[in-house]
Amino acid sequence: MEQFLQQLINGISLGSIYALIALGYTMVYGIIKLINFAHGDVYMIGAYIGFACTTYLKLGFVESLVIAMIVCAILGYLVEKIAYKPLRNATRIAALITAIGVSLFLEYGTMFIVKPDVRTFPAVWEKKSFPLFGDIKVSNTQIVILVVTILLMILLQYIVHRTKTGKAMRAVSTDSDAAQLMGIDVNRTISITFAIGSALAGAAGVLVGIYYNSIDPLMGIIPGLKAFVAAVLGGIGVIPGAMFGGITLGIIETFVSGYGSSLYKDAVAFAVLIIILLIKPSGILGKNQREKV
Amino acid sequence: MKQLLNKKNILYVIGLAAVYGIIQFLIMVDIINQYYQVNLVVICINIILAVSLNLVTGFTGQFSLGHAGFMAIGAYVSAVITTKMPQEYSFFIGIFAGAIIAALVGLVIGIPTLRLKGDYLAIATLGLAEIIRILILNIDYVGGAAGLTGIPQYTNWTWLFIFTVATVLIIVNFIRSSHGRACISIREDEIAAESMGINTTKYKVLAFVIGAFFAGIAGALYANYFYYIKPDLFGFLKSIDILVIVVLGGLGSITGSIFAAILLALISAYLQSFPELRMVIYSLLLIIIMIYRPQGLMGTKELNSLFRKKAEKIK
Repeated sequence: MEQFLQQLINGISLGSIYALIALGYTMVYGIIKLINFAHGDVYMIGAYIGFACTTYLKLGFVESLVIAMIVCAILGYLVEKIAYKPLRNATRIAALITAIGVSLFLEYGTMFIVKPDVRTFPAVWEKKSFPLFGDIKVSNTQIVILVVTILLMILLQYIVHRTKTGKAMRAVSTDSDAAQLMGIDVNRTISITFAIGSALAGAAGVLVGIYYNSIDPLMGIIPGLKAFVAAVLGGIGVIPGAMFGGITLGIIETFVSGYGSSLYKDAVAFAVLIIILLIKPSGILGKNQREKV
Repeated sequence: MKQLLNKKNILYVIGLAAVYGIIQFLIMVDIINQYYQVNLVVICINIILAVSLNLVTGFTGQFSLGHAGFMAIGAYVSAVITTKMPQEYSFFIGIFAGAIIAALVGLVIGIPTLRLKGDYLAIATLGLAEIIRILILNIDYVGGAAGLTGIPQYTNWTWLFIFTVATVLIIVNFIRSSHGRACISIREDEIAAESMGINTTKYKVLAFVIGAFFAGIAGALYANYFYYIKPDLFGFLKSIDILVIVVLGGLGSITGSIFAAILLALISAYLQSFPELRMVIYSLLLIIIMIYRPQGLMGTKELNSLFRKKAEKIK
């Protein structure tokens, strides 16, 4: 029982990071139906910005987090403007290949600048763990991850449901042609979506840097894929689905590592994905859409 | 038989024999040295992979991101067979066993997943290829993460050439057959194809299984040339590499795939001299080509149809 609860806590903190990345995937997919493969690399850049801020500029956690989010937002905005916008009307597969190209460019461009070595993320605060009850412990890093994730998600929900920009985002994702006819600036809305999604990925990058203490230029590939799995799991295009999917995936993964073998944890994540796709392709929280001829 | 021996086919045979002969001669006189030979092998294997993926993605319109998984199966099965029985004939047993097992796995995977569409299918095939890789990683018999070494080298230019030409011929003939037409109709409009009485599931699975079969052959040829294989070679990036060749050449163009496989191998060989910038330049090229020519270099056209059009214009 104790181990179960401990795994649950670890799973939730890992899952909230997946959820942060998955949000960006799901928002971008919801609005332009593109699997943005470069999203995992934006998360990696976020980790590097956080690293630079804490190591060289000696900034604190909150400042580093905010700077990383801003830089990633700008990066996401630029990537969309330069690489994806010219392909708005091209085939899906061409856009996907471009996304892969951007992903490789960010990975190897970063590698060229910072060299491929693994770097140690400095300790931003002293690591402590608090006993909850019995042997179950929760570390201060895990608490910070959870708090930051929840705050960002509340902020996102606020933006999407309470502001005019959010309304425009929802309109474009429902029907971009109709939205344009209603006078919504579709291009601007898509740019904002990219910026917000990338900012969330940047935040996830900084949090992961602090949680695992090590970063490298290829660290974004696997979490990026897993976050996409999480987004599909919860129902792609649905914002609460990404949160739910991320946390579910995190919990499943820690349980597989804890009770089975950590070697199989990636395989289980993908197996879950395939089962979900076969049973309910629209995801757990997704709505079924009827096919029209 | 009369149809087979027409002027065009004889010209093709002479052309192929000339390509084979010239390259074989250049290898014998060592103008194509070991280094160039590696590139030659990579080109041929990539042609097999790209043409077989083109059947699935370009002609049948089923977006697969898991081609490397089938390549891995072919490579591992044949590597185990040739290492355990190092005789000349075990090379063929290895290749066909690898290809057939890859095709069987393709069948088992294809039947449930090909009900999915578009991006969902892409991500499901990606997941399945990753599962295949992770399973291989956890089988100690084939060396786990460290990989399998000491595979005898049976692949040479002659076999490579024969298998590449055979793959292209079989797939081109498949596409031109009524089955191939059925596959193309699924790409164009699945609902319309279904209402015309085409068993769409059957043809999607058929294309997928054929694709897996040839990916298995490519894997087996790879394993028996490079002595050494490890699961990481067949990861997600390998699947993407293959897809890039197909999309760059043009979805639905066999000659495009062949051309792109050669072009990309040349670019990557040339960029070897700047190892640090290699992937950066490669990715930039990819983005630029996609922005300015999203339909790929050849679109859905074949090289000979271009010539034919020109000839007609001149007339």
